[in-house]
Amino acid sequence: MSGIEARDLSFSYGTKQALSAVSFDVAAGEFCALLGPNGAGKSTLFSLLTRLFTAPQGSIKIAGADLATRPRAALAQMGVVFQQTTLDLDLSVRRNLSYFAALQGIGGKDAARRIDAALDQLNMRERADEKARNLNGGHRRRAEIARALIHDPKVLLLDEPTVGLDVAARQGLVAHVHALAEAGLCVLWATHLTDEVRAEDRLIMLDQGRILKNGMAGDIAAGRPLTQVFLELTGAAQDAGVAL
Amino acid sequence: MRGAVLVLRAIAAREALRFVRQRERFVAALVRPLVWLLVFAAGFRAALGMSIIPPYQTYVTYETYIIPGLCGMILLFNGMQSSLSLVYDREMGSMRLLLTSPMPRWWLLVCKLIGSTLISILQVYTFLVIAALFGITMPLAGYVAVLPALFLAGLMLGGLGLALSSFIQQLENFAGVMNFVIFPMFFLSSALYPLWRMAESSEILHDICAFNPFTHAVEMIRFALYAQVNFGAMAVTCAAGMVFLALALWGYDPARGMIRRKG
Repeated sequence: MSGIEARDLSFSYGTKQALSAVSFDVAAGEFCALLGPNGAGKSTLFSLLTRLFTAPQGSIKIAGADLATRPRAALAQMGVVFQQTTLDLDLSVRRNLSYFAALQGIGGKDAARRIDAALDQLNMRERADEKARNLNGGHRRRAEIARALIHDPKVLLLDEPTVGLDVAARQGLVAHVHALAEAGLCVLWATHLTDEVRAEDRLIMLDQGRILKNGMAGDIAAGRPLTQVFLELTGAAQDAGVAL
Repeated sequence: MRGAVLVLRAIAAREALRFVRQRERFVAALVRPLVWLLVFAAGFRAALGMSIIPPYQTYVTYETYIIPGLCGMILLFNGMQSSLSLVYDREMGSMRLLLTSPMPRWWLLVCKLIGSTLISILQVYTFLVIAALFGITMPLAGYVAVLPALFLAGLMLGGLGLALSSFIQQLENFAGVMNFVIFPMFFLSSALYPLWRMAESSEILHDICAFNPFTHAVEMIRFALYAQVNFGAMAVTCAAGMVFLALALWGYDPARGMIRRKG
């Protein structure tokens, strides 16, 4: 079963078209990188997938549930990590997770058990009682991913989760999320950094609201550096005056 | 059902925690009405004679008259304060987290509203205790009877704040709300002077005051503090509350996209 089925999504801000007829599938157990330069429409697509906006055209299914007609069922199958950190910095990691569990309708011992399991999955158990403020950027992100997993979602959406992290933290986070996909989770990872994409990942390249490429990253790169292919396809190289 | 209660508890607890962390907000919320009560009212006591109007059965001091208005002031300012925090939450992203919960969006917003209203009521009671320490007391039954009135008024004013927060795109625009919503609402009401006094000065101003839902909230509180029910005021407060809540739900409707940020 497909984790995410997006069909013919279009969206505009007034007269500015942000997405045009975007369609794609991401299967369970697949790590799909959504790669695009700034302003490509990644965050808009995320807002549609998370129902912060409603698409005037097209449809989205999350784990088989239509987001427009069965939003509760669809959102219940979705874990989200936003670009901006959404932890309450003055609360401990555990209390942040506990608040989120309640928002999912999970409480009591069940919540405690799920929180421990999610923290274990991200190697964050020992930091559970620390205030989020005292964590470094990488650990905050891990706490947010743990939070997104509390309700056992089938789909995990991450919107540029490595923004502001150093290289080691970035690599660690990418590895963690790949492991989650290998364990069966459907992962959509939005980024503008080509080094976060592995050859065996699914890759959707987005630019100016349109899908340029959709396939295995290794096939799209075809033996060339992915960065070079990305710059050529998006025209960013000419814009930036970069010699390829 | 259990899930809905869990959400309410979690959001109310978070509002309480935020309130505890912002002690200066608590102090400011109390200082404002206390300055009006102890300074402004003392100065105007002689100038503003009060006639015997319901619910009063005898002459009351000006300080006693403005107590319900100052309770309303706390609810009004808190309602706006919570709308400010909603705009902040939206800019910081935590509102997104809330809105991606599988619970119905209307319930999430109502939970926010109930949480902030409960905090406001706590502040009103603290204010009433301090007023009592200065000798301005109400009938004992009034302190109990006022609770549902405060809750209704708090929901109505919080609903207004929630609706406004969906329209305000940036935190910096919030100062405009102070000038164009809070002050007119407060001064064009029966909070500081009875409407008959306003009518003596200007019929138009009187009519505006009579139309203002804050006037009805204050009158509902005034009657409740004397263990009486002003059904007319209660009906207008409820109706205004429903309109504001409907506006807020419309504003936060993903199809309307008032919470849109360019991606």
